[in-house]
Amino acid sequence: MAEQASSELDAGSPLAVSLRGVTKVYDTGVAALGPVDLDVRRGEFVSLVGPSGCGKSTALRLIAGLAAPTAGTVSVSPLAAEMRGHHPMGFVFQEPTLMPWASVRENVRLPLKLAHAPTGEADARIDEALAQVGLAEFAKAYPRELSGGMKMRVSLARALVTDPDILLMDEPFAALDEITRFRLNNDLLALWRKLHKTVIFVTHSVFESVYLSQRVIVMTARPGRIGAEFRISATEPRGEEFRTSAEYAGFCRQVSGALAPAYAGQAGV
Amino acid sequence: MKSSLHAVRLLLPVVVFAAAVVLWEAIVRINNIQPYVLPGPVAVFQTLIGDWPVLSQSLGVTLLTTLEGFVAAAIGGIALALLFNQSKWLEYSLFPYAVILQVTPVIAIAPLLLIYLQQQTAVVVCAWIVAFFPVLSNTTLGLNSVDRNLAGLFQLYGATRLQTLCFLKLPAALPFILGGLRIAGGLSLIGAVVAEIAAGTAGAGSGLAFRIAESGYRLNIPRMFAALFLLSVAGIVIYGVLALISHLVLRRWHESALGKES
Repeated sequence: MAEQASSELDAGSPLAVSLRGVTKVYDTGVAALGPVDLDVRRGEFVSLVGPSGCGKSTALRLIAGLAAPTAGTVSVSPLAAEMRGHHPMGFVFQEPTLMPWASVRENVRLPLKLAHAPTGEADARIDEALAQVGLAEFAKAYPRELSGGMKMRVSLARALVTDPDILLMDEPFAALDEITRFRLNNDLLALWRKLHKTVIFVTHSVFESVYLSQRVIVMTARPGRIGAEFRISATEPRGEEFRTSAEYAGFCRQVSGALAPAYAGQAGV
Repeated sequence: MKSSLHAVRLLLPVVVFAAAVVLWEAIVRINNIQPYVLPGPVAVFQTLIGDWPVLSQSLGVTLLTTLEGFVAAAIGGIALALLFNQSKWLEYSLFPYAVILQVTPVIAIAPLLLIYLQQQTAVVVCAWIVAFFPVLSNTTLGLNSVDRNLAGLFQLYGATRLQTLCFLKLPAALPFILGGLRIAGGLSLIGAVVAEIAAGTAGAGSGLAFRIAESGYRLNIPRMFAALFLLSVAGIVIYGVLALISHLVLRRWHESALGKES
């Protein structure tokens, strides 16, 4: 496979996240992940694609420190954000995961409140984060008054408000309708270009992963391992016309081809 | 359309009540039933007016007892649930006793309490015993029904236990706590009444339940009905106030208060 790439290709920028021989076995005895070796460089947009239950979300939770690996090491390099006193990681879940009792503004404030950030500084950051996701006018609304796409934007603003270096996204747009998903894809790409974040994006959609990423990692069925890796060397910046280009279709075909064996063992597919 | 349906829903129980009162009065008059056997609603109402000084004073006593029992139940129930939530050991050690206290009929406990405690204290303790359990179990349920991902988010951002409790668990538990309090309001009235009846023979009690017992001995049946009526109204008002508070607190965000958007 000509496009199959190793991460050494751009050894230029420093590592943001590094997984070495990482496995995860749950208390129930289910082996969910690994062993996995993965390097993500600073500023990179990497997608993990795989069938349900292949451990891609588990990998993200391990990187976030929400769970501990059974074996191996997860290292997150000392990052600029941490040195500035900010939280180094932002996490966007599949569900918006907002506090229903708090307004949009208070939801976005949460990470700053937990870190005891001074109110004045916090207010400025909240305004900035809400403006970045295009929700400045909805600061006083409550989550139930918002559409699914807007709730996801609030969730994104909350992840951005600490100005993290790494953005971990766990199938964030999976529950949205296609038009909304496409719009959020474009907005996310624009934010990534502007803010130079490292993004690790979990999805089960080949099309979404190819559209967004610089690198797509295809995982095998449980326990999830890295089955193949593709560098999406498409022209930048990408826009709606990229979705219908032959180049895009080519990449999608390759990734789908690599993904097929993972589904082969599953019943009813 | 919707408002007229609403009006009908409010009106129907009132019509039923009026019909029952008229029927009751008619039966009493047609059969010429004596007031010491069954007083008609008119006689009960006259007693309510005539005995108002005595009855209102007793109502005040019972309501105060109920309020004290309710406040004790609210504080005790929520505090115990918070303790249980912070320490599993404490929960495993004490929860069975909370259940035992709940399932043992309070009417059987009341005479014992009256031996060991001052009467007024014993009455409040009875109200507390009956009312605290729904607060405890509802609060416990609420504190344990926090969204898993939200809890993960708090963990990611390094929230302390206190922050997680104040900013996540308590707000998430609020609808459950309010539901528990709504039940506790009615139950503390029941607890107060049961204790008053048990204490009645001991003498100095002057709550509404004591008036009922006392009127029973004296065959003052209209006053029994009047006191019963007041207790019933008190129960309805307590429930209504708590339901209103619950609605006002939750209306901005909780599903149970949806449909009345501003």
